[in-house]
Amino acid sequence: MRLNLRPAIVLVAMLSLAACATTGADTEETEGPAPFASTYAPRPSTPTLIRNATVFDGNGAELSNADVLMRDGQIAAVGQNLSAEGATVIDATGRFVTPGIIDAHSHLGVYPSPSINATSDGNELTQPNTAEVWAEHSVWPQDPGFLRAVAGGITTLHVLPGSGNLFGGRGVTLRPVLGATTVQEMKFPDAPQSLKMACGENPARVYGTRNSSPATGMGNVAGYRQAFADAARYARNVRNAEEGNGEAPDRDLEMETLAGVLNGEIILQWHCYRADEMANAIQVAHEFDFEIAAFHHAVEAYKIADLLRDEGICAAMWADWWGFKLEAYDGIRENIAFVDANEGCAIVHSDSEVGIQRLNQEAAKAMSDGRRAGLEISRAEAWTWLSRNPARALHIGDETGTLENGRRADVVIWSADPLSSYAVAERVFIDGALIYERGAEGDPPSDFELGQTYTRSAQ
Amino acid sequence: MRTLAALLLVAALATPAAAETVLINNGRVVTNGTGGIIENGDVLIVDGRISAVGANIATPRGARVVEAEGRYVTPGAFAAMSEVGLSEISGSGAPNDANIEGNLISAAADAGNAFNPNVTAIPATRIEGVTRAAIAPTSSGSIFDGRGALVSMSGAADSVFRERAFMVVELGETGAGRTGGSRAALWPTFEAALRDAREYPNRYRSGQGGAVLNEIDAAALQPFARGQGFFLVHLESAADIRRLIRFQRANPSLRFVIHGGAEAWQVADELARANISVIVDPLANLPDRFERLSARLDNAALLNTAGVRIAIAPAPGTVDAHQARLVLQLAGNAVANGLPWDVAFAAVSRGPAEIFGAVNLGRLERNYIADVVIWDGDPLEVTSAPTAVFIEGVEQSLTSRQTQLRDRYNPRNRRR
Repeated sequence: MRLNLRPAIVLVAMLSLAACATTGADTEETEGPAPFASTYAPRPSTPTLIRNATVFDGNGAELSNADVLMRDGQIAAVGQNLSAEGATVIDATGRFVTPGIIDAHSHLGVYPSPSINATSDGNELTQPNTAEVWAEHSVWPQDPGFLRAVAGGITTLHVLPGSGNLFGGRGVTLRPVLGATTVQEMKFPDAPQSLKMACGENPARVYGTRNSSPATGMGNVAGYRQAFADAARYARNVRNAEEGNGEAPDRDLEMETLAGVLNGEIILQWHCYRADEMANAIQVAHEFDFEIAAFHHAVEAYKIADLLRDEGICAAMWADWWGFKLEAYDGIRENIAFVDANEGCAIVHSDSEVGIQRLNQEAAKAMSDGRRAGLEISRAEAWTWLSRNPARALHIGDETGTLENGRRADVVIWSADPLSSYAVAERVFIDGALIYERGAEGDPPSDFELGQTYTRSAQ
Repeated sequence: MRTLAALLLVAALATPAAAETVLINNGRVVTNGTGGIIENGDVLIVDGRISAVGANIATPRGARVVEAEGRYVTPGAFAAMSEVGLSEISGSGAPNDANIEGNLISAAADAGNAFNPNVTAIPATRIEGVTRAAIAPTSSGSIFDGRGALVSMSGAADSVFRERAFMVVELGETGAGRTGGSRAALWPTFEAALRDAREYPNRYRSGQGGAVLNEIDAAALQPFARGQGFFLVHLESAADIRRLIRFQRANPSLRFVIHGGAEAWQVADELARANISVIVDPLANLPDRFERLSARLDNAALLNTAGVRIAIAPAPGTVDAHQARLVLQLAGNAVANGLPWDVAFAAVSRGPAEIFGAVNLGRLERNYIADVVIWDGDPLEVTSAPTAVFIEGVEQSLTSRQTQLRDRYNPRNRRR
């Protein structure tokens, strides 16, 4: 499968993500890390050689009787008959090894368990444009869902605000660091933030029932366009002031986020179900000259798969959700496979604290239904929907998502073919460190769960 | 013209052929009964019933032979709880007969009266091998959600094969929320309702009226309050389950089945002794509600080991109108977490049939209704799908609105 992503203008920008703060006009020049910078540190690891497994490399290739060597937190080698002095050797005969799963759409932490009023923290439904809020400021690191996600083979997840607003706020890419006490410990180093936008029924319903705009699809699009028009002026004024022309505008957090999208520092993740609404969104992106990293949910992506390919926009999809509202009515089980067959960037996402625990099964469904529709899809190709492609959509593709040498050693050992319902993750490594081992669970890492009535880990 | 032809084609496909004599030859036959799994087995269907199951059944004259070629042949799956047929689209302000607002009607609500066999979710469900479902509405104003029905996925006019089969009652967190926010008020409310129902119609004719139920709801509740039909109880926590077990001990004429039971594993032995069945969700492992703090993935396996009869369905609150087909995935995940395969498959076929009293469904044995599915793989694997689905001996179309959309947009069929 060939991916045709437009050259990302953000490569440079993503290296200086902290820089979100520098888009602000009157940011003072200060030394030291930017506010809310990642403090993530890989867990200690030893060189580890996984031997004699069936390996999906994350790039679409399957290797039999293959070894994977992890050293210094990175993939050091993948091949046959590897040896490494001093390495911990794991015999994985009969097992499968894959890159860790990356969920491009999660609300863990912002809608944690237990679900009560106090934890409904993911949707700032106070006005349709809340581009100024950051999901990471709602993330509760104690969410018991992080442990369950890791037990399902998740090594990276993108946590987004909800979809009730046109501009929901900034999303954050996290490591599921178990036992973290701050969200900063979980932040994937140097991963760009995203802006979550939303098409369709949700914002129109939320604000329409309040008799305010947007109440309709056309109100949605007008809302996007006016906001980006304002942001373009804001960004121009900031730039001019930096060049000594005129006075800087007052710092505006909402405008900072939108300006960050316009200058490529912040990547755009856009909740959009219907083909026609995705096409409208693409027009908005063209009008204001910004990129869309991925449409999320994208239930009708299969109807415009070639448009998405040509635009270089990924589609993050469920395998089979449909019918729960009109904009999800045309969901089909082959959506992911059809996007892939059109040489698009297909992603399996969860949007669910339950689904995130078995995204491999969702990929398996899409693969098998695609095959029944006459497409040739190997299981290793299907795995690209779970690791390489979401890594691209999150602009961390140079860091993780495949087993290429030098990538972060985010690796899962599965008990069986992970495209089977019966496979479970036996060991999960992040940056080469063993962070989960099935059957070896001790006390729950979440403080919330400590001392409750359960007697064994509920992974 | 083309559209008309397409419509006629759809109509033709949607009309099942008449029941015929069919011999399914040489399958891996999961009988769900005393025969266990029969390798190289045959299944003979006559007049909508299973006529014979075994090895080397002779082909009756005029029978159509379907070669299973060693593939799984199983009873149709039975979704132990669903809202299928109660809406075409559940949200977006579209009509949704599964949700009852207000408190005009509670216990008297009747899912069978709302069921529509023509919704597009029904073909989408049956082509995945699910041939039967238990359906029930959800109320917002009362601890009683109303009466559930048992339905076929045939799409035929007579799809409802058991009306008013059970009474759904909320006796956990949700129920407490409907009685002022507290279980302290929940149980007295439930008991008062039972009293109202038992004393119907006298206390209503005398002008006394009901303590908590109106006359219509009391009339609907009466047979259940007298032990005719069972209560499907939504509760999750070990404490709530123990309360129910105590209540049943004091009211031995009443029958209860638990739906939910995330913490049932903690009281598995007590449930087995009380002979209370549990409809569990094998994916419910999050402490997402305070009544589910001890939820775990091997709940189904632990209950089975203790001798509790189980069925598998989505947890209360996650039951929907469109994904009844996923019960097989749920069962597969129960296997991944320790439940034996045959028990897991039974929990989405024979188990629901037994719990809901559909005694002639759920097995491939002589005289059972011929809901039969042939699969292209292990039916509990997400990668598998049916190659043939029979309901009451009638082979069903494997077309749905979704497969029509698929065929319209399949990149293999489109000129690029």
